[in-house]
Amino acid sequence: MPAVQETVERVRRIDVDQYRYGFETLIESDKAPKGLSEDTVRFISAKKNEPAWMLEWRLEAYRRWLTMTEPTWARVDYPKIDYQDIYYYAAPKPKKTLSSIDEIDPEILKTYEKLGIPLREVAILEGVEPPPGGEQTPNRKIAVDAVFDSVSVATTFQKELKAAGVIFMPISEAIREHPDLVQKYLGTVVPTSDNYFATLNSAVFSDGSFVYVPPGVRCPMELSTYFRINERNTGQFERTLIIADKGSYVSYLEGCTAPQRDENQLHAAVVELVTLDDAEIKYSTVQNWYPGNSEGKGGIYNFVTKRGDCRGRNSKISWTQVETGSAITWKYPSCILRGDNSSGEFYSIAISNGFQQVDSGTKMIHLGKNTSSRIISKGIAAGKSQNTYRGLVSAHRKATGARNYTACDSLLIGDKCGAHTVPYVEAKNSSATFEHEATTSKISEDVLFYCIQRGLSQEEAVGLVVNGFVKDVLQQLPMEFAVEAQKLISISLEGSVG
Amino acid sequence: MSLLEVKDLQVRVEEREILHGLSLTVNPGQVHAIMGPNGSGKSTLSHVIAGKPGYEVTGGQILFRGEDLLEMEPNERAAKGVFLAFQYPVEIPGVTTWNFLHAALNAQRKARGEDEISSPAFLKKVREVAKSLNIPQDMLKRGVNVGFSGGEKKRNEILQMALFEPAVCILDEMDSGLDIDALRIAADGVNALRSPERAMVVITHYQRLLNYIVPDVVHVMSKGRVVKSGGKELALELEESGYAQFEDAA
Ligand SMILES: Nc1ncnc2c1ncn2[C@@H]1O[C@H](COP(=O)(O)OP(=O)(O)OP(=O)(O)O)[C@@H](O)[C@H]1O
Ligand SMILES: [Mg+2]
Repeated sequence: MPAVQETVERVRRIDVDQYRYGFETLIESDKAPKGLSEDTVRFISAKKNEPAWMLEWRLEAYRRWLTMTEPTWARVDYPKIDYQDIYYYAAPKPKKTLSSIDEIDPEILKTYEKLGIPLREVAILEGVEPPPGGEQTPNRKIAVDAVFDSVSVATTFQKELKAAGVIFMPISEAIREHPDLVQKYLGTVVPTSDNYFATLNSAVFSDGSFVYVPPGVRCPMELSTYFRINERNTGQFERTLIIADKGSYVSYLEGCTAPQRDENQLHAAVVELVTLDDAEIKYSTVQNWYPGNSEGKGGIYNFVTKRGDCRGRNSKISWTQVETGSAITWKYPSCILRGDNSSGEFYSIAISNGFQQVDSGTKMIHLGKNTSSRIISKGIAAGKSQNTYRGLVSAHRKATGARNYTACDSLLIGDKCGAHTVPYVEAKNSSATFEHEATTSKISEDVLFYCIQRGLSQEEAVGLVVNGFVKDVLQQLPMEFAVEAQKLISISLEGSVG
Repeated sequence: MSLLEVKDLQVRVEEREILHGLSLTVNPGQVHAIMGPNGSGKSTLSHVIAGKPGYEVTGGQILFRGEDLLEMEPNERAAKGVFLAFQYPVEIPGVTTWNFLHAALNAQRKARGEDEISSPAFLKKVREVAKSLNIPQDMLKRGVNVGFSGGEKKRNEILQMALFEPAVCILDEMDSGLDIDALRIAADGVNALRSPERAMVVITHYQRLLNYIVPDVVHVMSKGRVVKSGGKELALELEESGYAQFEDAA
């Protein structure tokens, strides 16, 4: 049997059920009544002790949402979502205010430990305890905000960040403690009316991270958020807002997991980034939500709006994403290149296996003068999955000297999957130089056999070839994340070769 | 016991029989040369020995140290010491030669129940071998065979052979695409690996290679069979008179 044929056979027997993060944490939770109404919105706002302006903002979004219809243009296919059959808010009980990590429910801590997330920063720093799940102690510090269902349970390294002037906290706290900053920036990149899912998020978002880096400050450590959906039938609607003030720099990492569930769960996040003059934000995501089982049952619907606004001159926003999870991914991290000389980057690895559907890409909107953007997208499709790159590069009439380079490569494993590239280009300015390259290839039988003849197993061979294929993008990730991503890529392809 | 024994091998590719009962016995320490016209089945034989998918063995046997080779997965065969230097080595973008060799060597060692070789020890070893084959260090940092010239690809095959120290080395047209100097260096590399325990099967179209790698036995293949075997002088004879005389025999 030819190797590719064999691969296909094995894919048929694929066991996405091997999903390693699919355990459930048994804790009591405090939920909003099922379904969505103005009361749900009021409930969430009240739970968060929000000021009146915030509630108004939410209600406006909610009313707006009622007039909107779900988009259908993406190349994804799913049964109609019943928005009244979802819990919009779930918080682990007991819900008293936490002042230190030790007060967090040990069950939750255990969950994060299983996930390999270093919440026990003190112990690790003191070298008393190795980082959970990790062999080598990272030299670099990473501050972590962990969001469990709808609430943030721990944000580490608060003090050290405070000394540097960096604000890193759950957005629910920021709304209370830094209302001026939140009000100034929230919804300015992704307006409440932006799109169906973003509007929904604006109405019911429960938590997420808030970052503000003051002028001239280089954030002393990587900032990181881990999201986990635990509760049954809940949606997770996190909201992240990151502001890099003039001349500042921050690198932000985001990771996601969810337990195995037979029913689909909705995840509709909004992320807004703002860079002022000479500032830079590097945003990296490793998304590993539960993809569903081998029959395509269950899994997360990941409908996410991520956008960065290069508001200032010479500012820069760079998105790097490794997408291996979710039943459906609908996600287009984008850059608005408003400031002159600003630049945007999008590096993406999107892997689909089993019955996963991915429709992802980016938009680079060139508005300022001499702006540049770069898009490197690597799509890998295995099993019966569908993997679409959808991208838009546009230059405004006044955007003289806009430059873009796009390279989209797709790799197919087996012949039951599909890869599609849908690039849109709009240059309203003749001085724009947009370059686009795209390739689609099949993992070659000859290459696999070459590796196997040298002693590698079929699985190792596929892993090696795929890692080679995505190398340009992996190099963009911070070290610790690159290692994690590499492992994740092997795990998510495991089913594809048996 | 012979090292490699091919007995009455019949092989089909896509419903068409390519090898019609081929036999070959290779003993430790020997070098066998296989010559024969294009399309006579030489590469097919080498692929079946190595276990490439897509070939259907409809009859016969291949024994490796008395064990049924056809029952083993191709990577198992590699770990046991079957090495094939490909006629057309493939390119693997994004995977450095150095990483690839390290991963492959460790996979083989693991399969044999040996300890993995550490990066520094491996680096030292691969550098030595590369030097002896006149392979520049920076080639090891490049993607496997990516942008390598034809000759460089062939030398990279010999490098791997030297590194893995296999028991049976099948070299499929290692001389094609090599210039005269490169041919000598590669042949020296092969000769350095000759040992009383190891055997080589050298597939070639040109007698010239056999001046450098002197074979113990020469086989002529035609239309999926070995039609004549003899000493090294058989190669000279072929160079004189071509394959026409054997076409009928097949
Ligand atoms: N995958 C395949 N599908 C169809 N026919 C094949 C396939 N592989 C080999 N063949 C056929 O089998 C025959 C033997 O091919 P093979 O490559 O073994 O010859 P060879 O002796 O190595 O030739 P050369 O000297 O040109 O390298 C040829 O007729 C070839 O077309
Ligand atoms: Mg051949």
